[in-house]
Amino acid sequence: MTGARTSTLATLHGSIERIETHGDAHTPGRVALGHADADAMLQGGLAVAAMHEVFTDAGRQSAAATGFVAGLAGRVAARRPLVWVRQDFTEIESGALSMSGLAELGLDPRLLVTVRAADVDTALRTAADALACDALGAVVLEVWGQARQLDLVASRKLTLAAQASGVTGLLLRLAAEPQPSTAETRWIVRAAHSPPAAHWSAWGAPMFDAQLVRNRHGPVGRWIMEWKCDECLFSKPAAYPQPVAAAPAHRPHQAPARARQRRAN
Amino acid sequence: MGTGSREENVSKQNSNKDPSIVVAKQNNALQIFALDDAAARLGLEVGLPLANARAICPQLRVFDADEVSDARTLNDIAEWCDRFTPLVALDSPHGLFLDITGCAHLFGGEAAMMRLMCDVLSAQGFAVSAAIAGTSVCARTMTRHVHGRIVRDGEEAEAVEPLPVSALGADEAITRGLRRAGLKTIGDVACRARHEITARFGAGFTTLLEHALGQGDAPISPRKPLPDYIVEKRFADPVTTETVISATLSRLAAMLVVAMAQQGKGARRLEARFFRTDGAVRTIIVDTGQPVTRAEVIDRLFRERLDALSDPLDPGFGFDLIRLSASRTEIVVQQQRDLDANVHDNDELAALIDRIAARIGGRRVVVHLPQDTHIPERAVLAAPAQHRLTAATQAVWPARVEGEPPLRPLRLFERPEQIKVIAQVPDGPPARFVWRRATHAVVRAEGPERVAMEWWRPQGEMLTRDYFRVEDEAGLRFWLYRDGLYDREIEQEDGKAVQPNWFMHGLFA
Repeated sequence: MTGARTSTLATLHGSIERIETHGDAHTPGRVALGHADADAMLQGGLAVAAMHEVFTDAGRQSAAATGFVAGLAGRVAARRPLVWVRQDFTEIESGALSMSGLAELGLDPRLLVTVRAADVDTALRTAADALACDALGAVVLEVWGQARQLDLVASRKLTLAAQASGVTGLLLRLAAEPQPSTAETRWIVRAAHSPPAAHWSAWGAPMFDAQLVRNRHGPVGRWIMEWKCDECLFSKPAAYPQPVAAAPAHRPHQAPARARQRRAN
Repeated sequence: MGTGSREENVSKQNSNKDPSIVVAKQNNALQIFALDDAAARLGLEVGLPLANARAICPQLRVFDADEVSDARTLNDIAEWCDRFTPLVALDSPHGLFLDITGCAHLFGGEAAMMRLMCDVLSAQGFAVSAAIAGTSVCARTMTRHVHGRIVRDGEEAEAVEPLPVSALGADEAITRGLRRAGLKTIGDVACRARHEITARFGAGFTTLLEHALGQGDAPISPRKPLPDYIVEKRFADPVTTETVISATLSRLAAMLVVAMAQQGKGARRLEARFFRTDGAVRTIIVDTGQPVTRAEVIDRLFRERLDALSDPLDPGFGFDLIRLSASRTEIVVQQQRDLDANVHDNDELAALIDRIAARIGGRRVVVHLPQDTHIPERAVLAAPAQHRLTAATQAVWPARVEGEPPLRPLRLFERPEQIKVIAQVPDGPPARFVWRRATHAVVRAEGPERVAMEWWRPQGEMLTRDYFRVEDEAGLRFWLYRDGLYDREIEQEDGKAVQPNWFMHGLFA
């Protein structure tokens, strides 16, 4: 009797939660990106209350990665404030985040608070503080190059803070190599060509060659994604004849690193 | 006593036996600026040329005057005096005024307070002369001749009358004129009718005289404005440990909040002052974006600030006084919080901004405001989030054009970087360019979008820019511009066209 009642209660809780979360999110705790294949691979979308990492291997790809992170933040934050913590050096190396550009992507500059941290340590600490504040929609931490401060311990702290508050953390690593971490997903992003079209038609919508190299709860893959500025979601480009590498069926990325990280958990 | 004022004459004392003097250059000659007791006993006096002094006493020790250091020392002493009263005024070059109205009883009365102050200063090696009187000018006049005098209310005239006119501290010319007129003491001058004095020496001197006689008072101008709320904790034994200091701060924060709550106020600027036993004073200021009304918040802000100090709080031999004051306050509008989640969220965000700003500085946490200009690098103003958060959330940004790709880059260089470009003359799009030593071949280009500079602003020579949106063979999208228009802005030299400059200004996603 008691068991039946508890399960009824749980079902009701679940349905209320489903109604209250994002309209298009099917799975609680996940926000759909809009790209059908990627959402399927991520079991419904990007997990909230977790850390996600976005890497670029070269500095000149930083704008693409920034656009991808801005898109993720826009999906996840859903009209709530966004804190963008960045290291001073990234501004010199690849330009400052432009609010006009952000508005052009369909995001709202009014909801953005930028923190200009002098170095990685300050940036990390500020990001951890911000992640603990549950009024935020998302926190972006933008760091240049290999940073030894961003080790497994730091990553674990950020993850715990994100889990406790329900705020999603996005780590934007410019010109850096992936390191072991406790992130939920890890992406390597490059800019992709605009699809071939007639000479006079509009071109230049943000196109990403997004490679999912780590997914804690599923397989990985690689997709070409287009950010739809008007609808604020990722989508499959309509016509894209260029071949894309097939998604690997296994999860090859950095097996020893992952084993280490399991132990650390 | 209605108002209390007090003044000290401070000069550096030398323990050495040889007479010492300090000299400064005046009227193109080195003259004595200050001297010690031994030198005074030899008959030397301020204003005597150094050569004469050397003739009188060959073993004289001579030092150069350093007025900047003197002023700094006086300022440090004034800082130390803050522990007695918040109203301390400088009376350069040697004096300080302290308004001790309502403070003396905290130190066991006026006499005890003066003794305490003079003892500590004497122990540090300063020669002190102090007096307490109803008006600041009267007190200062007293210090010029006697030390430690307390003038009762209404007895000012009686006290200053026997003193020589030089004690008033008027101009040298006036003092000499008075002496030549046979008016040796202040009493002599006071006997004369005021209009005679005014006619001969000016209204300024008459006012000074009246103030010295207690017939009027000029307010002193304190070094710092009086804070709205002050709470403090004195320690019989100086405290050094961090735990005690932070516990004291929390307790003071609670007291401050109670005091402010009675008048419905919240603090926008908080100041913690740590008075060290050796006289050094450390001030730590925390600004907040919203009026703070909770003790935990104050406590946490100070902890963040103290953690992040580049030169940590050094207790030395310990702090004997910790003071917390709210120097800027605002009336708090009480809001019902429980039903409106949005208000709650905004408060949380403001509190987060305050915490981050307390640690890394208010100018490093910014919100963005649109500006009414076409020049890309000026289109957005980054303003401190603490002050402009509300303005930023209500700002109106230009709406994007539906169905168009982004027309402005996501990352913008603060300083456009010069690049080498191969492009069609006069205004064709670039075909190939070199940026940061890498060559990019342009596959698609769109433009030009012409941005003219604002001629109505005085800003020197700035040329019209032609912006191009380009994509290279790797799919990277850039925003480039050519600086200046052919024929009109780019001049020809000897019939040969000068190559225009091209710049990289931004990167598209």
